[in-house]
Amino acid sequence: MHIKVKYFGQIAEVTKSEEEVIEFSGCLISELLDVLYSKYPVLKNKDFQVAQNQELVTFKTEVSGNEIALLPPFAGG
Amino acid sequence: MSRYSRHIILSEIGQIGQDKLSNAKVLVVGAGGLGCPVLQYLAAAGIGTLGIIDFDVVEESNLHRQILFGTSNLGQNKANAAKTRLEDLNDTITINTYSYKLDYQNALELFNQYEIIVDGSDNFETRYLVNDACILTNKPLVFGAIYKFEGQVSVFNYQNGPSYRCLFPNPPKKDSVPNCSEIGVLGVLPGVIGSMQANEVLKIVLGIGKVLNGKLLCYNALTSQTSILKINKSETEISKVLKEQDSFHKKALLSNCGFESIEISINSILDNEKVQFIDVRELNELPKIENITITSIPLSELKNSIHKIDSEKKKVIFCQAGIRSKQAVSILNNLNISNCYSIKEGASEIIEIINNRHYTEGTNQAICSKQ
Repeated sequence: MHIKVKYFGQIAEVTKSEEEVIEFSGCLISELLDVLYSKYPVLKNKDFQVAQNQELVTFKTEVSGNEIALLPPFAGG
Repeated sequence: MSRYSRHIILSEIGQIGQDKLSNAKVLVVGAGGLGCPVLQYLAAAGIGTLGIIDFDVVEESNLHRQILFGTSNLGQNKANAAKTRLEDLNDTITINTYSYKLDYQNALELFNQYEIIVDGSDNFETRYLVNDACILTNKPLVFGAIYKFEGQVSVFNYQNGPSYRCLFPNPPKKDSVPNCSEIGVLGVLPGVIGSMQANEVLKIVLGIGKVLNGKLLCYNALTSQTSILKINKSETEISKVLKEQDSFHKKALLSNCGFESIEISINSILDNEKVQFIDVRELNELPKIENITITSIPLSELKNSIHKIDSEKKKVIFCQAGIRSKQAVSILNNLNISNCYSIKEGASEIIEIINNRHYTEGTNQAICSKQ
């Protein structure tokens, strides 16, 4: 299936894009992340949370939506 | 009163709403990029009691985004400088300033004096401290954070909603996320995000609209796109904080965790602050600093000279270039001696700065005041 993946903050700097479509045949968010880790190894060292269809989910959640977002924490003020 | 007439004619606010604003008590943590617009709008809106906590001083590199300050404020404490500006904007409200660092020892007592806490801090250590203190004092937290061209806004711990730890359970790995001073920020970005935070405060106080409770708003200044993501409450994360309630005030800020927390400028040392100045250079190193009381402990002897360190005072350590002083802070922290800071200026710069200030000797403390 095709998944639209959106990137924020430092994550978008690693992927050099704000969103892209990933071809994915697995089941869990963690498996989708494995696909992204092999494409962008630096991501493994980054802190982020994942949202699916605009809702924060755990990495053990099943991929059921068509839009995933990778969200890092920001420190600045 | 004509000051609030444009609020009062709104049927959603009216005199009743304006009275709610004037009875509200809001504490803003950090008077920086986010804190400045938050404070400006809350003061203008007539929030009756505003608290401002910030230990930092105004620097020239702040002026492109910290809109309450001008060149005449350089070197002044941010909380005090903000108060001066805000009193001119609205002299009918009460503004309390706290020109010191928020820590585990003072947070709960301070938060208890206010109804809403706004986080405008610039490091994760303070953000988690603010979040946990809001859980323990049961105060809503209006959160804002920025990174280069992007910002996040949310309201945590509001009406039994999620906390920041429900979104990001633990602080990120040390040094993995840079802050504004290290990486830069678009000047207008904190203006946008801070204004959104001020708006959330007004909605909470007035009881109108939909508060960003359990929702994280993400804004990108370059694409003008906003996304709103739903955050679910994690009882596990919140109960972890509640379980540590009794030991909360015993925790120490890990100075190596914050980005700028151990390094301060000599300019940030305040009038009447109880300070022990410690010179960690070797005894023969020049120039010597005169006019203020100095404890000389060469770095090599520091571990064996703990008896010379005054536990009651803030320890302010300097050397020739600001490197050994940082090592000294780290050594002292490892010996469980807290409240230690490294002066980023070297000895000759310090002399130049204190020559431009007038120091009066107290028995045990250097009292400094600007001429």
